[in-house]
Amino acid sequence: MFDNFPLWPDRASTAAGNVDALFIFLLIVSGLMTALIFTAVVYFAARYRRQRGVLAEQIEGSTPLELTWSIIPLFVFMAIFAWGAVVYFKSRTPPRDSTEVYVVAKQWMWKLEHAEGQREINELHVPVGRDVKLIMTSQDVIHSFYVPAFRMKQDVLPGRYTVAWFRAIKPGTYHLFCTQYCGTQHSGMIGSIIVQEPAQYEAWMSGGTTGPLSATGEKIFAELGCVTCHRTDSQGRGPNLQGVFGKPVQLEDGRSVMADENYIRECILDPGAKRVKGFQPIMPTFQGLVSEEQLNALVAYVKSLAPPGTAAGATKTAAVVLPQHVAQDAPEKAQPTGSQVQ
Amino acid sequence: MSMATATAQPAGQTIERENYLNKHYGVGSWLLTTDHKRISLLYLISITFFFFIGGFFALLIRLELLTPVGDLVQADTYNKLFTMHGMVMVFFFLIPSIPAVLGNFLVPMMIGAKDLAFPRINLLSWYLYVIGGVMMLHCMLTGGVDTGWTFYVPFSTAFSNTKVIEAGLAIFVAGFSSILTGLNFIVTIHRMRAPGMTWSRLPLFIWAHYATSIIQILGTPVIAITLVLVVAERALHLGIFDPKLGGDPLLFQHLFWFYSHPAVYIMILPSMGIVSEIIACFSRKRIFGYGFVAISSISIAVFGFLVWAHHMFVAGISVYAALVFSILSYAVAVPSAVKVFNWTATLYKGSIRYEAPMLYAFGFLGLFTIGGLTGLFLACLGVDMHVHDTYFVIAHFHYIMVGGALMGYLGGMHFWWPKISGKLYPEGWARLAALIVFIGFNLTFFPQFILGYLGMPRRYYQYPPEFQVLNVLSTAGATVLGIGYLLPMIYFLWSMRYGKPAPDNPWHAAGLEWKTPSPPTTFNFEEEPVVTWEAYNYEELDAHPDEEAPSVG
Repeated sequence: MFDNFPLWPDRASTAAGNVDALFIFLLIVSGLMTALIFTAVVYFAARYRRQRGVLAEQIEGSTPLELTWSIIPLFVFMAIFAWGAVVYFKSRTPPRDSTEVYVVAKQWMWKLEHAEGQREINELHVPVGRDVKLIMTSQDVIHSFYVPAFRMKQDVLPGRYTVAWFRAIKPGTYHLFCTQYCGTQHSGMIGSIIVQEPAQYEAWMSGGTTGPLSATGEKIFAELGCVTCHRTDSQGRGPNLQGVFGKPVQLEDGRSVMADENYIRECILDPGAKRVKGFQPIMPTFQGLVSEEQLNALVAYVKSLAPPGTAAGATKTAAVVLPQHVAQDAPEKAQPTGSQVQ
Repeated sequence: MSMATATAQPAGQTIERENYLNKHYGVGSWLLTTDHKRISLLYLISITFFFFIGGFFALLIRLELLTPVGDLVQADTYNKLFTMHGMVMVFFFLIPSIPAVLGNFLVPMMIGAKDLAFPRINLLSWYLYVIGGVMMLHCMLTGGVDTGWTFYVPFSTAFSNTKVIEAGLAIFVAGFSSILTGLNFIVTIHRMRAPGMTWSRLPLFIWAHYATSIIQILGTPVIAITLVLVVAERALHLGIFDPKLGGDPLLFQHLFWFYSHPAVYIMILPSMGIVSEIIACFSRKRIFGYGFVAISSISIAVFGFLVWAHHMFVAGISVYAALVFSILSYAVAVPSAVKVFNWTATLYKGSIRYEAPMLYAFGFLGLFTIGGLTGLFLACLGVDMHVHDTYFVIAHFHYIMVGGALMGYLGGMHFWWPKISGKLYPEGWARLAALIVFIGFNLTFFPQFILGYLGMPRRYYQYPPEFQVLNVLSTAGATVLGIGYLLPMIYFLWSMRYGKPAPDNPWHAAGLEWKTPSPPTTFNFEEEPVVTWEAYNYEELDAHPDEEAPSVG
């Protein structure tokens, strides 16, 4: 019976402990405030119930008291805010070198593709103790990727990537829910996150695959003819994509943007929107020509051209602090949001 | 003051005085009335009708959730049920409830005016409400709508195949009723106060309605425009919100919540006004810190406009925007806390009676405190990531809107029922109902906090079996709550025929509205009152008890 009646959710990610600690702190603070108010109300109501011949004593109010019970709660609230902001910020900023999984949501299923090439539907296998970054988009309406045991939730929007991450700490099978209402089978758009010990996970990963996602992307890159302009030297009609990912890019209109997943995506679907400085607007749009999965593969390929840890990866470190320097050459304001969740 | 113009309408053993209810007869005298009190009753009947429709949907929702699998209704039907429950309760019950019924009835009387500033616009607002309501009923009867009351795009503009346009237009029309009511109140409060009724002498009920009216006037046009844009995108495929058409779905959420967050304050502020009146009367005291309570209403209305994106912390906004909206949300919590502390302090050294309105006010204090404090959890970025769009949110906003706003509304209905109807309601039944509502409410919604932290998402028509126990508790509570809501309707109706005639001031309460006959005459006051006293002058009242002794209780 008790198995079927949990009162606290599983705690299966590094974030879960942080969120729970904060939640418990809030329970204590609000419990104390509730107790204070209820005790006062009940005590006054009983102590000062109407008695014959006893008139109420009129009290105008008290400014010091008003200030006290405005300012003390305000300080408590600010403490809660600050703690909440720290927890949130951590959960919103994927660590570098995370394992990447591309997620495509549609009515009413989750399609997941590991960077290594494994594809899954409504199930996601992940190892214990490794940072996993989810790069998510939707084919139709807004969905939301929610794993209660990880205390992790992020809406998944059509037409752009949103990012989330987690590090699982406890093997097991956990609920995956869609929490943004998405139509008829919204409550059927559920799945499982299967957290495995590294050895088991490696065994699972060695199962059938079509090769890494970036290799699939490279194939598509060739098939669509991207390679004719985006050459690996400086002679192409389009920018050389080697080492571009994760670095700021100077645009024709003087702005500078970070080459993150959303930027690559936008360049493929709407090449004119943020054109790189020094290049002609000759690239056609691929809107409608590539599926979300192909788009993910292309993005993975472009990313693989700037692998972390290589020379390009080293400049990536610089890219994080670069916006100041970029702001100097770009009069318009830089957009240093980087790979942060958008 | 007793205006004994006997009309030929004997009721019971006494001859009834002429009043707003019996001055004219016939359907036309009601449908074409410009008397704010009659319009208030028209609203009362209409919103009660919609309340029970919305409540019926809620009952079906709770019954479906008794079991983890979908069995009572189809998934599509369930989606329509929660959508229409939300739309009906928010736009056709809660938003008009206190302002259009009690506000309409009391605002002119409390400030010593004969009517609102624009009586015909007042009637127009009711007709707009009815037209919107009929459109909504038509929408529901011809298939309904399944977008959730939030109309999120692109689902509503490109994917739902239900009556989205019809529902959007119904709310659009009803919105103008709300705007006109707000406009009328603001002008009335500015221009029609009786001599001597200075701003610092206004009852807090009036301050609360003034703050509410500001939100109605400034916020409602935004939801109207947003719904028009949804209709335009759905009907004409203009690319506004749908990324496939070049639009931005987050833009919709910003616009929607820019109104819909302050809308919560449209529901709760008037309720706070009622609670101030009741607590003052039943503890025989001036409200502690009158000025702070009055200003806190205004600051809630102002800050309420600056917190909308706290509904979007995981929607894909930037972390920096989230930080700003989180901190502002805590700012709006301060004036709410100030109110609760002042009400509590008012009880101190009072002379407290426990009639039904006071029991509702106590209920409000308890439920609003819990609802408000759980708001701190949701405004907290780190916790919101987990509980956003779960039953935690459902529980939280029901504690505010039902536990807070509806408790206040019922408290107010009991408090002023003798004035409205001229009859006394049965006190014993009323206390019982207040108790049943309080117990039923907590049983319904408290388990949902736990469900939410466990991770049960909202708008789920089937759910994992481990959530069942708490859902069964919640459904059990809902049936108790349903009984608690039926009772007042029954005994109010009963009292209209069988209730004892009410004296002019049964509670021996302060306030100009109690200086009118019960029920009042059409123009409220025989001659314009001149105010020479502060609000809540219970000290004077109790020092010189006049001929009317409290006759209830």
